Amino acid sequence: MKNNKPKLAVFKLSSCDGCQLSILDAEDELLAVLGAVDIAYFPEASSRMLPGPYDIGLIEGSVTTPHDVELARQIRKDCKTLITIGACATAGGIQALRNWKDVKEFTKIVYAHPQYISTLDRSMPVASFIHVDFELRGCPVNKYQLIDVIVAYLNNKKPNISSHSVCMECKQKGNVCVMVAHGTPCLGPVTQTGCGSICPSYDRGCYGCFGPMDSPNTTSLARNIEARGETKYDIMLAFRGFNAYSEPFRKESEVYEK
Amino acid sequence: MNDKNSIKVVDRNAIDGIISLLKSEGFITVGPTLRDKTIIYDEIENTSELPIGWTDEQEAGHYRIKRRNDEALFGYNVGPHSWKKYLFPPKLELFEANKNGKSFEIKTILTDTTKYAFIGVRSCELHAIQIQDKVFNNWQYKDPNYVSLRDRTFIIAVNCTQAGKTCFCASMDTGPRAKKGFDLSITEVINPNEHYFVVESGSDKGEDILSKVETNFATEEQIFKADAEIDSASRNMGRALITDGIKDLLMNNMEHPQWNDVAARCLTCANCTMVCPTCFCNNVEDVNDISGNHTERWRKWDSCFSLDFSKVAGGNFRTSPKARYRQWMTHKLASWIDQFGTSGCVGCGRCITWCPVGIDITKEVKAIQDNPVN
Repeated sequence: MKNNKPKLAVFKLSSCDGCQLSILDAEDELLAVLGAVDIAYFPEASSRMLPGPYDIGLIEGSVTTPHDVELARQIRKDCKTLITIGACATAGGIQALRNWKDVKEFTKIVYAHPQYISTLDRSMPVASFIHVDFELRGCPVNKYQLIDVIVAYLNNKKPNISSHSVCMECKQKGNVCVMVAHGTPCLGPVTQTGCGSICPSYDRGCYGCFGPMDSPNTTSLARNIEARGETKYDIMLAFRGFNAYSEPFRKESEVYEK
Repeated sequence: MNDKNSIKVVDRNAIDGIISLLKSEGFITVGPTLRDKTIIYDEIENTSELPIGWTDEQEAGHYRIKRRNDEALFGYNVGPHSWKKYLFPPKLELFEANKNGKSFEIKTILTDTTKYAFIGVRSCELHAIQIQDKVFNNWQYKDPNYVSLRDRTFIIAVNCTQAGKTCFCASMDTGPRAKKGFDLSITEVINPNEHYFVVESGSDKGEDILSKVETNFATEEQIFKADAEIDSASRNMGRALITDGIKDLLMNNMEHPQWNDVAARCLTCANCTMVCPTCFCNNVEDVNDISGNHTERWRKWDSCFSLDFSKVAGGNFRTSPKARYRQWMTHKLASWIDQFGTSGCVGCGRCITWCPVGIDITKEVKAIQDNPVN
């Protein structure tokens, strides 16, 4: 039987595999996905690895080594549509914390033979090196958003991915604002929606896992959190999470580093 | 309005009696209750689920609950929820469509026929509901879901006997006394010697329910005390907004430096519009299944503070936070008057309390009033 289904490939650069697991975690939808696409390359899930070209490629992970750069360029050549998934691929991930430090010093401490380690100075998002068609945020990505993006590209429509604040969804859920009602510092007002406002739903402040929203006023939020009694150091740490190297969070964290 | 002779007085048992009567008639009874150290609106079974003996302390960007020194049932002001979450739900499926060959079939979703009884609606909120009536049930456009829910809703208003620090209904002429738009209204009087509720009916349905519970005619003294409490709330508003000439003032000051000042503080997070009981903006989203054969159309609350909201073919006409804040405030306080005949603000203070950085609409207006450019 001839297979006319679009070919999907899932690639990994420097990352923890959590976003790839979100695909496998979409249990209820996974069979439907398998019915609609041919998963041609997904080493995390299957040893069947077909060569490119692919119709849709998903990349997890940041670019941290010269090898990652080469791989990313090859993936771009192999994929008609390329979507980066997760905070590593879209912002450099938690490993971008090293971007403020000397990586050579780290390798000397960690590895017995640092001369075998070939690494870039910084951990960067994939889109810094190649053209990416869509960036799906999150640490990890939300499985419903991931399915939505795949469905959108299969059906030639715009994905239903909003870029507004976490607060909008939080309020729509009927959550109580942890910042106003409890005084808990929260990155929700400057963070992009998509997680389902998980942390405020469990009475915790938002950690900013989905990165900056479309018009983040980090300056105003940080000043307010400081006025509520948070230390400069803790404010710096709040912005240095999984999306630390996204520009708005990076700049704000640097203001509070001094 | 009732004449003074028909004003009744009841005790807490009668309030419970009213709630159980409404439940027996199939109403879902919703009212204020405590959750996550906040007074929110949710389904309640009886008066024991009300925030008895609690009150709230509100300021710009600040909300805390506090114990009262009595067992008042309604001794607090409005919280982050408003009744719009029931009449205009945050997420609503409008219809489904299924592919049928080269065409498609629409499957309409039945309108919601839930009968809600709202217990503890404040005067500002009655005004907010009446404002949303003009949006969703006007001479030209009728939202079938809203109309269906609204027509079935039974409203028990509660007159405010205290005002919060972010309240300004008195200056908006929307409270604190409920004047119309309710089936029953209650004024709670509590002091060390007595605890009673002065009740008036505002509709035949309200009269009917009231006739089925134990009531007494209110004495002049009881009515006097209840009125005095409401008057006290009116005198103790934490905020005020001068509305004289506000439409022209704002429209003539579209480039006032205050807009830049507020834009530097505004998070564009949209919390103010989510908690506002009159904000009605929404977006529709088509959700496909993976085959592309089945689509659902969902309506969701949206906000003029979200960047996507003003994105149209060819670009975005409100990219700056300044333009978005200005749009919200001038619509609420000025162009709303042209559109619907009233202000869009009822002075409930939610946008002030629930703004994470405490932006205060009354202060922003005053800054322009004190120093107009035009």
